[in-house]
Amino acid sequence: MATTRILEWLGRIYIWLLLAFLYLPIIIMALMSFNVSPFYQLPFEWTTEWYASLWQNDQLIAATWNSVEIAVIATIICTVLGSAASLALYRYEFRGKKFLQALLFPPIAIPWLITGTAMLIFFFRVGIGRGLHAILLGHVALALPYVIVVVSARLQTFAPELEEAARSLGANQWQVTRRVTLPWIMPGVIAGGLFAFAVSFDQFVVSYFLATPGQTTLPVEIYAAIRKGFTPEINAVSTIIIVVSMALMLLTARFFKFGGEK
Amino acid sequence: MAAATASRSGLRSALPLLAPAYLWLTVAIFLPLSAMVFFSFMTELPLSGRPWAFTLGNYAAFFSQSLYLTLLLASLRLGLEVTLWCIVIGYPAAYVLAKVLKGRSREAIFLLVILPFWSNGLVRIFSWAMVLREGGILDTALNAVLPFKINIDLMYSYPAVIIGLVHSYVPYMVLTCYLTLQAIDDSLIEAGRSLGASRLQVLKRVIIPLSMPGLVAGAALIFVPVVGSFMEPRILGGRTGTFYGTVIEDQFVAVFNWPLGAALSFILLAVVLVILAVASPVLRRAA
Repeated sequence: MATTRILEWLGRIYIWLLLAFLYLPIIIMALMSFNVSPFYQLPFEWTTEWYASLWQNDQLIAATWNSVEIAVIATIICTVLGSAASLALYRYEFRGKKFLQALLFPPIAIPWLITGTAMLIFFFRVGIGRGLHAILLGHVALALPYVIVVVSARLQTFAPELEEAARSLGANQWQVTRRVTLPWIMPGVIAGGLFAFAVSFDQFVVSYFLATPGQTTLPVEIYAAIRKGFTPEINAVSTIIIVVSMALMLLTARFFKFGGEK
Repeated sequence: MAAATASRSGLRSALPLLAPAYLWLTVAIFLPLSAMVFFSFMTELPLSGRPWAFTLGNYAAFFSQSLYLTLLLASLRLGLEVTLWCIVIGYPAAYVLAKVLKGRSREAIFLLVILPFWSNGLVRIFSWAMVLREGGILDTALNAVLPFKINIDLMYSYPAVIIGLVHSYVPYMVLTCYLTLQAIDDSLIEAGRSLGASRLQVLKRVIIPLSMPGLVAGAALIFVPVVGSFMEPRILGGRTGTFYGTVIEDQFVAVFNWPLGAALSFILLAVVLVILAVASPVLRRAA
């Protein structure tokens, strides 16, 4: 018992070390966005100058809005299409089902570099071209399999007898789905939606190949900025985004349990 | 009765639910990939009206210049090292999350682990530059604590690329392992223990085998993008950051040799598919 205690405490300490590793650079980045020196020189001197100049940077603001819009639209499309597809794959038996499930694998498994360059060539050739619409098209395709996999995983824990029971009590297909199945898979749908948002919002590679100078997303803009020379303005905008997304996640966590049932 | 009806009209009922998702994937993923294969055999892209012909030259370029092969091997090694580090760091964390922590603290910490994942990948990579460079945070902090003078200048080196990539991808491993570990019934572990197995034996015989799908899924989710990474090596690797991915990027954004880029991409795709085929038995068992 004593050993168990010690091991559990070691485990806790370990988790905190991991969190330190994950957050150290993010915290430093946030601090540096409030530092006077544009070259990240210490000692630290407080300023909000970089945030002020951020509001003058129309290009960065436009790119940020593009990113948010695309991520929100992609999340909605992915959640709806993905949940529908997962339900169909779970509920029905048909020939070629295994093949359809296997088809979900390539978009996840193939490096974005390959997918991105392939989209560039193809969209260019068939006239879809580049720009925000092309980026959205790509983001949905990239995130969709994640949603289907996550929702399907949740469906695996679903007892089909529940549907049977509801049916035998006189519920029709739509009622069964709405009252029994959907509430059960909701955590999966939310998790899938969060995945989709993260994939889209964080997506750089595919956006990079599909962006045009006027129609670009935040990561693409940041990559360009890094190659030109990094500025604390980028730290500032990133800090804002991290704070906002954390608040959003915490809000979601208030309504849905992430850590499972127990 | 209801079940029988459902399975008989299976595809017809399933189709309206499936079609939108799969059509989207076809237009945005499968057709582009097929087009890429096609273009990789061309001398010119048929865009500007310039004459083009079929050729094997793009593939010949890969095999005749050892540079490409060397870079591909370097990228595979990078993928392997990053994946291993992610397992070593992420698996124990997933275990603690799933089996040690309970209730609200588990929820909170799980959230904290997957949160960085929501922040911008590029900025996280670049934020390491402030930590790793000479005169950066790590350097300053260590010199403030240690009695002797040391120079930490990891920036623009191979370890810097590894650190940045592990930092980016370790939440994936924690997530996938956590999901499978959490599904393991505690009574299985207790049963093993009460039958006289040591902690290590329970870990080896019960926990690791049952969480294998999560491990493999995590490894695949990490290995594949790392092999194709180009932004991370560019930013953190500097001069040492030339990998297979950066060469492909160059073909599309700098050199504008799209057919060669397509051929190099397709070769990478083939390699990735072979590796995934090797891993798929375990993944199929998970599905």
